[in-house]
Amino acid sequence: MKELIILTINGIEHGVLVETHWTLLDVLRDKIGMTGTKKGCDNGECGACTVIIDGEAVLSCLILAIQAQGKDILTIEGVSQDGKPDTVQDAFVKYGGIQCGFCTPGMIMASRALLNKIPHPSTEEIKRGLSGNLCRCTGYVKIIEAVENASTTEIT
Amino acid sequence: MEDGYVNIGKRLPRVDGIIKATGEAKYAADLSMPGMLHGKILRSPYPHARIINIDADKAKRLPGVRAVVTGNDTIGFKAGGISARGDEPYLALEKVRFIGDGVAAVAAIDEETAEEALELIEVEYQELPAVVDPVAAMNEDSPLVHEHAPRNISYKTDLSYGDVDKAFKKCDYVREDHFETASIRHGFIEPHAALASWDLSGKLSFWGSKQSPYFTYRNMAKALGITLSRIRIVQPFIGGGFGGKNEMFDVDFSSALLSRKTGKPVRIVVSQEEVLFAYRQRHPTIIDIKTGLKKDGTIMAVDAHIIADGGAYLSIGAMSLYLMCSFLCLPYRLPNMRARGYRVYTNTQPSCAMRGHGVPQSRFAAEVQLDMAAGEMGLDPMEIRLKNALGPHETTPNGFVITSCGFEESIIEGKKVIEKWRKDRPKDGDPNIKRGIGVGCYGFVVGPRVAGHNTAGAVIKVHEDGGVSLMTGSTDSGQGSDTALSQIAAEVLGVRLEDVRYGMVDSDITPVDPGTYGSRVTFITGNAVRVAAEDVKNQLAEVAAKTLEANPRDIRFKDRRVYVAGSPERGISFPRLVKIAQYSGAGKTLLGRGYWAPEGLKVVNLETGRGNMSATYSFGTQVSEVEVNTETGRSKVIRMAMLHDCGTPINEMAMEGQLEGSAIGGIGHTLTEEIIRKDGRTMNPSFLEYRMPTALDACNVEILHTDTYDDVGPFGAKESGEGIQVSVVPSIVNAIYDAVGIPFKKIPITPLMVLDALKDKSGK
Repeated sequence: MKELIILTINGIEHGVLVETHWTLLDVLRDKIGMTGTKKGCDNGECGACTVIIDGEAVLSCLILAIQAQGKDILTIEGVSQDGKPDTVQDAFVKYGGIQCGFCTPGMIMASRALLNKIPHPSTEEIKRGLSGNLCRCTGYVKIIEAVENASTTEIT
Repeated sequence: MEDGYVNIGKRLPRVDGIIKATGEAKYAADLSMPGMLHGKILRSPYPHARIINIDADKAKRLPGVRAVVTGNDTIGFKAGGISARGDEPYLALEKVRFIGDGVAAVAAIDEETAEEALELIEVEYQELPAVVDPVAAMNEDSPLVHEHAPRNISYKTDLSYGDVDKAFKKCDYVREDHFETASIRHGFIEPHAALASWDLSGKLSFWGSKQSPYFTYRNMAKALGITLSRIRIVQPFIGGGFGGKNEMFDVDFSSALLSRKTGKPVRIVVSQEEVLFAYRQRHPTIIDIKTGLKKDGTIMAVDAHIIADGGAYLSIGAMSLYLMCSFLCLPYRLPNMRARGYRVYTNTQPSCAMRGHGVPQSRFAAEVQLDMAAGEMGLDPMEIRLKNALGPHETTPNGFVITSCGFEESIIEGKKVIEKWRKDRPKDGDPNIKRGIGVGCYGFVVGPRVAGHNTAGAVIKVHEDGGVSLMTGSTDSGQGSDTALSQIAAEVLGVRLEDVRYGMVDSDITPVDPGTYGSRVTFITGNAVRVAAEDVKNQLAEVAAKTLEANPRDIRFKDRRVYVAGSPERGISFPRLVKIAQYSGAGKTLLGRGYWAPEGLKVVNLETGRGNMSATYSFGTQVSEVEVNTETGRSKVIRMAMLHDCGTPINEMAMEGQLEGSAIGGIGHTLTEEIIRKDGRTMNPSFLEYRMPTALDACNVEILHTDTYDDVGPFGAKESGEGIQVSVVPSIVNAIYDAVGIPFKKIPITPLMVLDALKDKSGK
C-alpha cells in the first residue's frame, strides 16, 4: 500500500511515495538518493544508519518513513554548513577518527546528538554516547579523542 | 636517513578524510545505474546435501522477476587459493556443503520482489550426513565434504628441522598443553555488495566491496569463461576488510551472471546476517604444543600438532595453515622444531585469512605456554623472552632472513612499562577485583611472497598546476594506504600531500596488483610509488638542469620548489618547472612509471614450510593490564602498551590508528567473540549476539616505538597493525593468568569459564 508523504530532511521538504512498511533508512538511500547514511545491519545493532530526528539520535533502520513525517530529520548530508565540514566532522578528520569510513556518518551523527545535549562530555559520557555505534577499524580511541576535541572547539 | 621531510613521518590527516566525514564517499551499495535490477541469493538450509533438482518456474513467473540463475547456468568453475585445487563453485553445482552455500540467484526490479522470488524457487535436496567437528572429520569413517579429500584433509603442512626428540631429552623442563581458539568474525560493518554491468559488446564492468579487486578480476574472467581484458573491475570505497573481502564471492559472480542474462546492470547487497552465517571466518584451531627449555630459560624445542577447521572449502587455507606452523619459529630462536598442521574440511562456513592470518592462533598457544613455563620455572616472563629473542641479521632454521629488527629493544621497553604500571597501580579497593599484567610478543611478515604475480606498479601523472595524479593497483580498505602512498609520491616529488590526487583501482587503467593482504601495500606498493615518482622526477630534473644551468644530479625537489643543491636561491617553483617541461621545445608528457617487488625471495613451500617469504619482518611487544572480577567472572582490559618496530612510520597518526584498532579488536577476540554453531547452523548471526567491542571497551593504549630504519622499505617503513594483532590476545590471557593464577588455554575467556576455573582452583 503506497502513500505519499512529506519528509523534512535537512530543512528541505521531500514528497515521496512510499510503502508503509519501508524504513526511513531505505527511503533516504533508495528514494531520495542520500547514501551518506549507511546500512550496516538493518537491525538496530551497528549504528551506521544513525540520523538525528528532532534533536535525538535515531537509528533510521528502526523507524518507518511514515513515522518520520512532520519531524525535523538531520542526515550526514545536512551537517556541513556553507559547504564546509562542521567541527565534529573536522575533528574526526584531524584526529584520525576515520579509517574505512563506513561507520563514520553514523558516528558523527551520534556524536553531534551527544554534543547537542552535553556540550562538554566526560570521556565516560562520550563512550556511553557512542556505545551503540560499532567500529572495527579504529578501536574507538581516536574517535573518542575527536569528540573530546570537538567539544572544546564547539561554538555553543 | 635523510631528515627534514615535508610529508613523511608527519601526523597528516587521511586523503579521503573529508569525503568520508561528509558521507560523500561512495561504497559499493551506494552505487546505482539507470535500469538497474536488484539481486538476491538463495542459500542452502542444509549443512550437507545433494541437489536433485531446482525448479525456478514459479519464481520466474513472479511479476518483476527478470532472471534466475543456478549452478547449471555456469561453466562450473571452482575457485580456490591454489587454482589447481579449486573446490568452490560460486553457485552450488551438485552439492551444498554448508548452511549458507549459494544455490541460486534472482534479479528483479526491486529487492523485495527478488526476496519474494527466492521463496518460490523449489530446490529438491537429498540430505547427506554432515560433519561439523574437525576432529571427527578426520576419522576414516566420517562423511566426506569433498570426495577428493580422504579424512577430510584439505591441506597438510609438515615443517620440521633439527632433532626434536633428541632435544627434548636434553631439556630441563618440558611441558605439553592443549589450546583451542574459537571461530571469529572479520567484523567489517559494510556488508558485501556488488554492481555489475554487462554490455552487448561482451564486456563486463564491475564495482564491488573488494579489498583485493584483482582477485575478482582474474576469477571473474575464469568463472564467466571470457578473456581477462573484457573484465573491468572498479573499486569504490571499501568499508573494512581485515582479510574477509579478498576473495571473489557468490555475490560478485551472481551480479555479473545476472547482468549478462538480463542485459541490465544488477546490484546485489547482502545482509549483515548473511555476512555472519554465509561468508568467511577466522580458522578455529585445536593446538597441542610441547615445548622444552633449559633451566636458564633457553627454548630448545617445540613440537606442535595443529588442527584448523577450514570449513567447507579450501579458500586460501593452505597459506593460513603454513603461517600457523611456520610462525612458531618467530620471534624466538628455536633450534629444533616440528609442526604438523592439518587443515580440515567440515560442513561449516569456510575459513580464510583474517588480520594476522593464521599466526594469532598458534602464537596465542606458544606465548601463553611460555608464561606457564616461566611461572613454573620461577623465571621472569620478560627475561625468558629477552633471552630467546631473535635479533637483526639472524636466519631462522626454516629460512626466514631477519634484517632490521627492534625486537630486543621492544622487550626492554616493555619491562619498563610493567615496572611503571606495577608502581602506579592503585591500591585494590574491592577485594573481588584482581589486577594482572601480561605480555605477548610477535614477529610478522611484511608483504609475503606468495605464488603467482607479486609485483606492484604505480603510474604518476603531473599536471601543469603542480598537482600530481597517482595510480596504483592497491586498495585502501581503511588502513590508510592511499594516504601513505600519496605521502611517498609527494615527498619524492617535493610537493605536499594535498597536491596529490589518488586514483582508486580501475583495472582498465591502474597497474595490475596482487591485493591488500599480508601487510604488503605500504611496503611493496610504496616502493613502486617511490620508483614511479623518481622516474618522473628525473624527467623533470633534466628540464630543471637546463633551465637552471646545473647538473641534473644536483637538482633538488622540496616543498613545491626545485633548486640547485647548495644554492636554494637558484630555483623555480614546481608548477613553473612543469609548465616549462610541457611547453618548451617539442614538449614533454610527464608520466612516471614504477614497479617493484622484493628481489631474491623464493615462493615458500607451503607443505614443508621452507623458504624466506618476506623481505623484512616487523616485531614488537604488547603489554596489557586487566581487572578480573572474581565475583562476576568478568575481565576488563584497563590499559595497554604497544612497543613495536614498524620500521620508520610514514604517517604517525595512521600508524597509531592501526595499532589501536588491532588492540581493541583483540580484546573482543580474547573475551567476547565467538561464532556459536549448532549442527552447522550459526546461532548468533547478528552484532547483538556476536559481541564485538564497543566504545565502552576502549581503553588507554600507549604506543611506544622501538623503530628501526628498514633499508628496503620505502623511507624505512615496514608494517603496522597486523603483526601486533598476534600479540594482543596472549598479552590479555597472560594478564588474566597474572591476576588470578589461572592460565586459560581456550579463547574467548567468558565470565563463566573464569568462575568455573576459580571454583576448581579453590576446590583443590
